[in-house]
Amino acid sequence: MQDKLNAIEKAALESLESVKDQAALDAWRVAHVGRSSPLMQVFSELGKLSKEERPVVGQAANKVKVALEAALAERTEAVKAAALAKSLEEEQLDVTLPGRTVNVGRLHPSTQQLRRVLDILADMGFQVYTSPEVESDEINFQMLNFPPHHPAREMQDSFYVEAGDRGDNPILMRTHTSPGQIRAMREFVAMNPSDPPAIRIALPGMCFRYEQVTTRSEMQFNQVEGLVVGKGITFADLKGTIADFARRMFGQDVRTRFRASYFPFTEPSAEVDVECFVCGGKGCQVCKNSGWLEIMGCGMVHPVVLQNGGYDPKVYSGFAWGMGPERQLLLRYKINDIRYFWGNDMRFLSQF
Amino acid sequence: MKLPISWLKDFIDLDGLSVEDVARKLTLAGMEVDEIHYVGLAMPDYSKGEKHEFKTTGISWQPDKLVVAEIREVMPHPNADRLTLCDLYDGTEQHTVLTGAPNIFHLKGIGKLEKPLKVAWAREGTTLYDGHAEGLVLTTLKRTKIRGVESYSMVCSEKELGISEEHDGIILLADDAPTGMSLVDYMGDAVLDISILPNMARNANVIGLARELSAMTGRPLKKPTIQYATSGESIEGKISIEITNPEMNPRFVLGLIRNVEIKPSPYQIQRRLRLAGVRPINNIVDATNYAMIELGEPLHAFDYDVLTQRAGGKNVKIITRTAADGEKLTTLDGNTRTLTASNVLVCDEKGSLSLAGVMGGAESEVAPTSVNILLEGAAWNFINIRRTAKQHNLPSEASFRFSRGVHPALAEMGVRRGLQLMAEWSGGAVAPGLVDNYPLPPKDVVVDITPKEVKRLLGIDLSAKEIAELLGHLEFECSIHGETVTVKTPPHRLDIGEGVVGVADVLEEVARSYGYDRIPETRISDPLPPQIGNPVHEWEEHLRDLLVSLGIQEVVTYRMTSPEREGRLVRFDEYTRIANPITPERTILRRSLVASVLEIAEKNARAESLSLFEIGPVFEPRKGELPNEPRKLAIVMTGRRLASAWDVKDSPAMDFFDLKGRIELMLAGLRFTDVSYAPTALSAVEGPSYLHPGKAAEVKVNGQVVGVFGELHPLVKEKYEVGDKPVLVADFDLDALRTAGPAYGIVPVPEFPPVFEDIAVIVDESVPAARVEALIKQTGGRSVSAVSLFDVYRDEKIGAGKKSLAYNLTYQSDKTMTDAEAAAIRNKIVKRLAQEVDAKLRS
Repeated sequence: MQDKLNAIEKAALESLESVKDQAALDAWRVAHVGRSSPLMQVFSELGKLSKEERPVVGQAANKVKVALEAALAERTEAVKAAALAKSLEEEQLDVTLPGRTVNVGRLHPSTQQLRRVLDILADMGFQVYTSPEVESDEINFQMLNFPPHHPAREMQDSFYVEAGDRGDNPILMRTHTSPGQIRAMREFVAMNPSDPPAIRIALPGMCFRYEQVTTRSEMQFNQVEGLVVGKGITFADLKGTIADFARRMFGQDVRTRFRASYFPFTEPSAEVDVECFVCGGKGCQVCKNSGWLEIMGCGMVHPVVLQNGGYDPKVYSGFAWGMGPERQLLLRYKINDIRYFWGNDMRFLSQF
Repeated sequence: MKLPISWLKDFIDLDGLSVEDVARKLTLAGMEVDEIHYVGLAMPDYSKGEKHEFKTTGISWQPDKLVVAEIREVMPHPNADRLTLCDLYDGTEQHTVLTGAPNIFHLKGIGKLEKPLKVAWAREGTTLYDGHAEGLVLTTLKRTKIRGVESYSMVCSEKELGISEEHDGIILLADDAPTGMSLVDYMGDAVLDISILPNMARNANVIGLARELSAMTGRPLKKPTIQYATSGESIEGKISIEITNPEMNPRFVLGLIRNVEIKPSPYQIQRRLRLAGVRPINNIVDATNYAMIELGEPLHAFDYDVLTQRAGGKNVKIITRTAADGEKLTTLDGNTRTLTASNVLVCDEKGSLSLAGVMGGAESEVAPTSVNILLEGAAWNFINIRRTAKQHNLPSEASFRFSRGVHPALAEMGVRRGLQLMAEWSGGAVAPGLVDNYPLPPKDVVVDITPKEVKRLLGIDLSAKEIAELLGHLEFECSIHGETVTVKTPPHRLDIGEGVVGVADVLEEVARSYGYDRIPETRISDPLPPQIGNPVHEWEEHLRDLLVSLGIQEVVTYRMTSPEREGRLVRFDEYTRIANPITPERTILRRSLVASVLEIAEKNARAESLSLFEIGPVFEPRKGELPNEPRKLAIVMTGRRLASAWDVKDSPAMDFFDLKGRIELMLAGLRFTDVSYAPTALSAVEGPSYLHPGKAAEVKVNGQVVGVFGELHPLVKEKYEVGDKPVLVADFDLDALRTAGPAYGIVPVPEFPPVFEDIAVIVDESVPAARVEALIKQTGGRSVSAVSLFDVYRDEKIGAGKKSLAYNLTYQSDKTMTDAEAAAIRNKIVKRLAQEVDAKLRS
């Protein structure tokens, strides 16, 4: 009997060696430890044995069963491991294939830049004030100290709107956001005419100049202006505020330079240069080797403008500065054609 | 304004300052230098990485190679008739130099010259411009043989030295030019090209700029001394001036010089004029231009004999008056101009002589034969001159200055300087006296300024004395009384106002003179004003973010368009029209934002998938007033739902529901819950008639229409080159949308598990899905927390004119719901649907 058991075990183990997959494992289980396997046959025939033989054979058969089950477990693990190894090997992707895309929306680069500017200004206490894009000559020019026929008007050639004969006060496309200064001041004065409140606002918006559209000039462009009015505002405050703004906008180490200039609605006036943020002031193509980039115009609000806004220039003072988001983008991204902005070619827009 | 550095040095000592130092100081003080053009002086060395702040052009003259030399004899070339050989002395050695210069040809073979010719001579190895080349080409002199004669050096023309384009002959220097001197030391120069701001007309001249530099550097201004001998009969009483409108002509001054010899000006004068951008003509005309560039007062020279002749030998009388409409004048450029009543003329009793302040007349201009010269210096109304120069398209050095304002005090100074120069260069004799009619002197402007005011507006502490000193550099006359500085405007500027304006004007001069760079940077100490924000702007920015998150690209387009462009989509009766359009493409302000965005879709038509939006104003005209500028949102979508890729093939085209889905998400993002959609009625004008009648909807929020959307009408779509896919457009009125109230509060997240169930009902085609959904929601009440349509199905089995709508229902209760409870609700819903819309449950 022992010989028979040995033969059963040997045959089973030998057969297990050729088992390579789950199906063969299942078949092997049926064949060698299943109900009708030779081993189980031995168990079922135990009753036919003598009292003395029964436990001996039973123990021996049990030992074979344990051994075969252990062998099966081991083999099962091995088959699984082999299968996993095989599948891992087979599931190699070409990782250089492009990823799946989704439809992406983006803000127009001008909006993005306007937001950068307005976010910084908001941190500095400047609130957004918007005003119409079509203006009267009075608000766009005269109230801002550009008398009719003044040579300074040559700096801002205008698009006029057909509106019948309005004499010296035609309607035009605003040439700058500064008419918003007059509108804002008058609104603030109306809040408390006896003691008008201080003002700290940012004026963003589209402006228009009578210019041929070329790679370097546009008939339509955004402007953002800052306006501060109060009872103790100085030119030194103007310098400090703009320097703070420039550091936030262009980098903490960026230096600013103030050059005397002329705008009818500010006095003293200045152009602001920042150290070239492309070359760090060493001189490059972008700054035309000067090390400086002209980035905005500014000045103390002209007394006539304060007066026109309803603020007494003997008591109040203020400053204003204006800049162009598109110009900033031209410099920042080395864009060589200003027409890209309103061209809205997806191949341009998708780069922002 | 082009400023030669050598000329500037006549009035201020620049020792120790480089050309760039001067340019930087002027630039920082408001006289922006656009370019430095070197004409001899050493340029910054680019190759060594030296930092240079200005656009730089031109040429440097090698000091050891280019020198002043003298030609002692001009000899014929043995083998060439058109060439000469010059016996030249460079201060140490003699050389034979070959030249073909025509302007010394007449001296060929006359033997040793009585007076040697001073010339600019270039040694072997000199780098200069090739005189024969087109444009500016650098070349280096090499030893060669020309027609058998050895040549290694050259006498130079202006072109070769970079002074001008002139190459008709060699430069003939003044007789006193020191032989052997390095040419750069003798006349090396650099020209600053300066932008003159509208309020700095006073600095459009050499002295003005020298004065500014003097204020910035503390170096003294060397004012010119204008002195000359006079002889002959005085002109006082001989010539009279009648000014008919002093507003237009506040001053008119005349001087006379007799017996001039008209000839070229001295070389150095011609060179300076050329560098300053003025063509030398002859010594008389040059004197007027030279004085103008130096002092800022444009002058005009008349041939006095022509005037006397016109007066029939009687005393000349000059009259200034406005022109008659249609009056004609031939100006000295040879053009006959038709004048209008706003133009001012200088006339004599016979008629007009010149267009005041802009251009002289042909008849009385200085000719090579002129002998006696009457010189005019005047003051004109700057606005009038500006208009006249523009009207006749006559920009000139004179009108440039007069149209920005020239102080009348300069009229007399200018005439005297002009006469002095004419006397020096022409050998003429200045007649004693001037005729001066000065009916309207400008007000003497006096401004009081205090250290307190300086502190209040500039933020710097300056004493009264310091203020007076700073202003004194700019020739303001200051007197101090206690804490007040009384400031009198100098007689060369018209830009200082009175009262608070004057204070600001003077403060600017204090700040510039002190130096903007020395003013500290401080933070605003004034308290923060009331913070009122801008809800409209903030809401629009939020909307932009929402649209971007839905995969829609923002565009920004032109406000100006044309009725034809916009008319492809929609036409209006009235537009806001541009009076002076720059192109026929942009003649009106847009009324439809959708049309603008459609144009962008058209431009990007090659893209497979496009989703675009714009937020901005349209312009509704109002007669004689500013237009209304309502804010709009336009969305345009077309193309495939997904762009093709290696695993995306033939993605379906976007349709009505792609757009509607975005709109639903957008409105949900704005927290609107009461949103409804309905087929939109078509209207012929000013309405959404550009939409497909069966694929168009209007959107209501809280019962108010806020926008329309749908597929573009096939006939409208034909007019756009946007490919074959449907084009979906949406047009929202942002003022309506913004003012609609969003929902308050949130729906709590349920604590108990939901029960899901699908039901499909068969209804007539005419029953809108929204009606079925509304009935389900209504009947289910709070127990049905979500209804979503997941299938719309039609086939023969269902029957013609019928459709099956399949919904996924989510039952929710405030305890765990049983299947039986869910079934009860479902039965109620099915019964209701059967009653209301004759729906049959699909098994």
